[in-house]
Amino acid sequence: MTSVELAQASNAAVYASMITLTLAMVAFAVSFAAGRRRPAEANASQAAGVSSAVEGGGVSTALLTRDEPSVPLEPGRRSSNIAMSLTWLAFGLLLVGVVLRGVWAGRVPWGNMYEFSITGALGILAVYLGMSVRRDLRWLGLFVVIPTLLWLGLAVTVLYTEAAQLVPALKSYWLVIHVSAAIICFGAFTFSAATAGLSLARGRVERRQGTTDVTGWTSRMPTSERLQGLTNKVVAFSFPLWTFAVVAGAIWAENAWGRYWGWDPKETWAFITWVIFAAYLHARSTAGWRGSRASWIAVAGWVAFLINYFGVNIFVNSLHSYAGM
Amino acid sequence: MTTDTATTPPGAEAPLPPLGTVGFLRWLWRQLTSMRTALILLFLLALASIPGSVLPQRGTNPIKVDDWIDQNPTIAPVLDALGFFDVYAAPWFAAVYLLLFISLIGCVLPRVGVHARALRTPPPPAPRRLDRLPAHASFTTDRAAATVCEQAADVLRSERWRVRESPNPSDPWISAEKGYARETGNLIFHLALIAILVGVAVGGLLGWKGNVIIREGSGFSNTLTQYDAWGAGRFVDPSGLAPFSFTLEDFRVDYERGVAQRGAPRLFEADLTVRSQPEEPPVLTTVEVNQPLVLDGAKVFLVGHGYAPHLRIHDSTGTLVFDDTVVFLPQDGNFSSTGVVKVPDADPSLGMNGLFLPTAGFSPERGGFSTFPAPDDPELLLSAFRGDLGMDTGVPQSVYTLDTDSMVKVGLESMQPGDTWNLPNDSGSVEFVGLEQWASFQIAHDPGKELALGASVIAMIGLTMSLFVRRRRIWVRAVPDASGGTLVQVAALAKSESADVDADVTELVTRLETVQVPQRRTPK
Repeated sequence: MTSVELAQASNAAVYASMITLTLAMVAFAVSFAAGRRRPAEANASQAAGVSSAVEGGGVSTALLTRDEPSVPLEPGRRSSNIAMSLTWLAFGLLLVGVVLRGVWAGRVPWGNMYEFSITGALGILAVYLGMSVRRDLRWLGLFVVIPTLLWLGLAVTVLYTEAAQLVPALKSYWLVIHVSAAIICFGAFTFSAATAGLSLARGRVERRQGTTDVTGWTSRMPTSERLQGLTNKVVAFSFPLWTFAVVAGAIWAENAWGRYWGWDPKETWAFITWVIFAAYLHARSTAGWRGSRASWIAVAGWVAFLINYFGVNIFVNSLHSYAGM
Repeated sequence: MTTDTATTPPGAEAPLPPLGTVGFLRWLWRQLTSMRTALILLFLLALASIPGSVLPQRGTNPIKVDDWIDQNPTIAPVLDALGFFDVYAAPWFAAVYLLLFISLIGCVLPRVGVHARALRTPPPPAPRRLDRLPAHASFTTDRAAATVCEQAADVLRSERWRVRESPNPSDPWISAEKGYARETGNLIFHLALIAILVGVAVGGLLGWKGNVIIREGSGFSNTLTQYDAWGAGRFVDPSGLAPFSFTLEDFRVDYERGVAQRGAPRLFEADLTVRSQPEEPPVLTTVEVNQPLVLDGAKVFLVGHGYAPHLRIHDSTGTLVFDDTVVFLPQDGNFSSTGVVKVPDADPSLGMNGLFLPTAGFSPERGGFSTFPAPDDPELLLSAFRGDLGMDTGVPQSVYTLDTDSMVKVGLESMQPGDTWNLPNDSGSVEFVGLEQWASFQIAHDPGKELALGASVIAMIGLTMSLFVRRRRIWVRAVPDASGGTLVQVAALAKSESADVDADVTELVTRLETVQVPQRRTPK
C-alpha cells in the first residue's frame, strides 16, 4: 500500500470502529431499557453472575452446590449479547486503525494527541473486554461504550493531525514502555471510574429501596458493595501499573532532561493522580471511608488523569507539550 | 498505613479524663499515625501540588515568574511571600510531606514488629463451628478423623500454608494461614518510600546542576565561573568539580518541512571534542536528546539551541572594535531571536538591540517575524545607539539587555548576511559577516538518583505483593458422624480484600475427598 492508502485505511478503520461502537451503544441501551421492566429477577441473576468477581466476604456458601440457573432468557439478554459482539468487533477495527497508523508513520503510533487518544480508546475497550472474559459485564457496557465513543469523537474531530515523524525528544524506546503503561492505566482508570460512579448511583437507590429489590435504571447492575469491590480490584491492578508508568517516565526524564523529577506540570499531575489513588487504597482500609467516599476518590483520580491529559497538553506550558495537535 | 482491611484506628475514641502532658503527646502521636490522618495528609499533598502546575515556578522558569509578577502587581507579592512561585520548596509543602512521612514511619515501624511476631506465631486454633463461616463445605468419608486431618496438613504444607495441628488427638483439627507476603510487601513498599525520600534528599544536598550556552567553535571547562546558571546543594564544594572540558565542534538541527507539524524539530545533535582530564587527548563524541554524555559522574545534556550572528564593527575612527558572534535568544517556535551588542571600547561607545529572523516574514500587524526556524531567508534588524552604556556604574548588567536611558539612537537597519551598514553621522559601520549557531547544555550531577531508582524498584515489587498476594485462613475439623464414618468440615476466611476463599475450600475438599495427598515423609 502507498502512504496515502495506508492513511486512508487507518482512518477508515477508526471510523468503522466508531460506527460499530455506536451500534453497540444502541444495543446496550435497548438491553438496558428492556431490563428495567423486570427489576427483581434480573437483579438476582445479575448478582449471581458477578459473585466470583468480588471479595470473598459476602460470597454465599452455596458455591459448591449451586445449580446452574435454568431461567428463560431474561429481557434484553439477546441485544446485550449482540452489543458485546459488536464491542469486540469495534475493538478489532480500532486495533487495525491504530496499527495501520503506526505503519503509515513508520514508528509506534504515539507521536501526537490524536494517536494517544485512539490508542487510549483502545485501552478502555481492552480493559473492559479483558475483564469481561471471566465475568458477566454486560450491565456495564453502556457506561464504557459511551465514554469511548465521546473520546474517539474528540480524537477524530478536534485532535486529528496528519502523521509526522517524532520530535527528537520522543525518539527513545522509553516511549514504548512509558506510554503503553500510561495508556493501559487510562483504560483501567476509566473502567474504575465507571464502576465507582455506578456504585454511587446504585447506592443512592439502595438507601431508598434496600439492597436487593431495586427498581429503576440501576436494577440491572450488581449491588453497590459489589461495584465497590470491582472498583477496588481494578484499582489494585492499575495503581502498581501507574507507579511503573511514573517511574519509567522519571528514568526517561533523567536521560532526556537531566533530572528524574522536575515538577513539570505533567509530572505534577501524574503525581497528583498517584496520590489520589493511594488515598483511595487507604480509604478502602479506613472505617467510614470504604463505601461511597472511596468511590468518589476513584472518580477524582480519573478526573486528575483527564486534567493531566487535556489540561496540561493544551493549556499549560509543559515539557510534555510537544505532542502536536 | 496499610492497604489491608483494618479496624478503626486507635485514638479515634480517646479517653476523656485529663491526659497530662505525656498523655496528650501520646494522644497526638496516635492521631498523627492513624490511617485517617494519613488519608487527610494524602489529600493535602495532592491539593498542595496543584498551584505549582498552574503558576509559573522559579525552579523551572524564573523569567515567566517575573513576567507574571509584573502583570499581576496586586496579588503577586502576597503569593510570592507565601512561596507560591516555588511551591515545591515552600515550607508549607514540606510540612505536608514531612508530616505524611512521620505518620508513615509511626505507623509502619510498629507494624514491622507485629508482623515479625506474626511470622513466628502459628495461626490461632480452629473455631468450634466451621459451618458458621461464610465460605465452608463438608463431606463424609470412611477414613478416621485423625487420618483426614493429617492428610489435610500434608496438602496444606505442600501448598506452603503455615499449618497448626490440634494438640488433642480426640479433637482433631487443622488451622492454616497463607499470604503473609501481603503484609511483608506492604511494609517493604512503605519503607522503600522512605528510601526514595532519602535519595531525593541526597540529590538535593550533594547534587548540582548548571546551564551553559556554547557557540560553535567555542569551548567550556567545568568550573563555576563558566556557567550561565548554576544551582547546587548545601554540601557541594564548587571548587572541587570534575576537571573535564569540551568544545562544540558542530551543531546540527533539522526541521519538519511537510505540512503536518511544520517547523517541529526532527534532528538535534551536537559534536563535541571532550577531555575528561586537562592533560588527556580530546575525544570526539556526539550528544543528542535522550543520549547524554556521561563524564566523571556528571551528565551533559543537550537542552537548547539558537543563532549567533557574526558581526564586525568599526567605530567612528575606523578602528575594528568588535569581531565576534553574538548569542541571540529565541523568542518563539520559529526562532525569532533577540540579542544585544555592547561595544564600550568604541569611540563613542556603541550599543545595539537586534532582532534576528531566520526566515523573515512581515505583516502590518506584527511587524517582522520569522516564519520557519531554519535560516532559509535570514534577516537581522539592528537599532544602534551611542553614548553611555552605563557599564561603569558597578551595577551588574545582563548581557541580554541594553540600558538606553543615557544613549542616543543612531538609526535602524535591516541586514542580510554579507551586508554592511554605515552608521549615520560617521558613527562607524556594522558588517553582518555570517551566521553561527549555539547550543545550550545542562550539566548535572545527582548522587542520590541510584538510591531513588533502586528504592522505586523495590517499592514497586512490595506494592505488587501487597496488592496481589491474598491473605487467608483455612480450617479443617473432622468428627465421627452417626453412620460410623467421619464428617469433614472445611472453612476459610479472607483476611484481606479480594481474597476469593471459596476456591481454596473447593480445592482442599476435592483433594481430600479424592485423596490427592502428597506422600508423608517418614519421621526419622
